[in-house]
Amino acid sequence: MRHDRPTAPTALVIPMHNEASVISGVIAAARAHFATIICVDDGSADDCAALAREAGAIVVRHPTNLGQGAALETGIRHALRLRDIEYVVTFDADGQHDVRDAASMVRMAQDLDLQVVLGSRFLEPTGTVPAHRRAVLRAAVRFTRSTTGLDVTDAHNGLRVLRRDAAERIRLRLHGMSHASEILNVIARESFSYGEHPVTVTYTSYSQAKGQRGYNALNILYDLALHRLRAAA
Amino acid sequence: MIIKLILLVCLAGAALVLIRGKRSALSLLLRRSLTLVVIVVGGVAVLFPGAVTEVAQAVGVGRGTDLVLYLLCVTFLFVTIALYLRLNEMHDRYVELARQLALHEADPQAHDTHLDSRDHERR
Repeated sequence: MRHDRPTAPTALVIPMHNEASVISGVIAAARAHFATIICVDDGSADDCAALAREAGAIVVRHPTNLGQGAALETGIRHALRLRDIEYVVTFDADGQHDVRDAASMVRMAQDLDLQVVLGSRFLEPTGTVPAHRRAVLRAAVRFTRSTTGLDVTDAHNGLRVLRRDAAERIRLRLHGMSHASEILNVIARESFSYGEHPVTVTYTSYSQAKGQRGYNALNILYDLALHRLRAAA
Repeated sequence: MIIKLILLVCLAGAALVLIRGKRSALSLLLRRSLTLVVIVVGGVAVLFPGAVTEVAQAVGVGRGTDLVLYLLCVTFLFVTIALYLRLNEMHDRYVELARQLALHEADPQAHDTHLDSRDHERR
C-alpha cells in the first residue's frame, strides 16, 4: 500500500530539538509528499530553526525547552489554526521515519474513513528493531493493550495521522515523553475509529543516540499511573 | 498503639492528596489552621517540655522527642507533596504561556490568544 501525495490537505508536525545536522534532509524528503510542514523548535541551541525555515517549513519556536509532548501539542494547535488542514501527521525529526509511510497512512485514513492511523513497527516482520529496544516496546504494547483495550501492535511510535476532529479533541497534558501513551488513552476514551499501518523505522546511530533510554519506560509508567488515578479520583 | 493509627492515617492522607492532585479551598483552610496549631502547640511545648513526653506516652510513644520526630516526618511529607503539586501546576501554566507566545510569534495575525478553557477547569 504505497501511495504518492495525499489528496487531502495535510500538515506534517515535526517536533525538533537540536537537529541541525539532519533536519534539512528530513524536510526536503517530506516536501516531496506534503505541502505544509510545521517544525516546532523546542528551544534548540543550534540553528535548526533557520535551517528548517530555509528548507521550506513553517517554524514555531518555543522560547525554552518545554518537552517533546509540549512541542507536539504546539504543532498540532498551529496546524489546526490553518483552516483548510484536514489531517495532521506527527513525524520525528531524527530521520527514522519514512515519509512515504506517512503519505500512505493519510491515504488509509481517507480510504477507510478513520479518525486516527497509527504507525506500527511490528505489523510486518522486520528485523530492524534492536533486540533490547524490542523487549521494552513489547512490554509497553502489552501494557497498553491491557490498560486501554486498544488492539495495537506498537505503543510508542512517533508516526501517526490524526483527522482534524480527533486532533481537536486531543490536549496533551504530559509535556515530556509520556505523550504517546497519553494519545492512546485519549483514543480509547473518546472511542476514535483507528487503524494501524506498517512503517519502517530506520535506527541510525544518530537516532539511537537521540532516542530514549530504556529505563525511561518506568518514568512513563509512573506518569500514566498518576494520570489514571487522578482521573478516577 | 494509638500512634500507629495516627501515622497510618496521615500516610494514607498524604497518598490521597498526591493522587487527587488539586488544591481546594478546604485544603487551603486546613493548611492555614494547621500552621496556627503548630505555632501554638510549639509554644506550649517550649514552655512545658514535660507535656510533650506526657502526650507521647499517652499515644504509645516512649519519649517526647520521638513523637516530635514522627510528626516532623509526616509534616515534611505533606509539605513536599504540596510543593510538588504546586510546581506541577505552575509548570503547566508556564508551558501554556510559552506555547501561546510561540504560536503568536509564528502567526501574529491569528487572534486566537485566549488560553485553553480546559486549563481553567482544573483549578
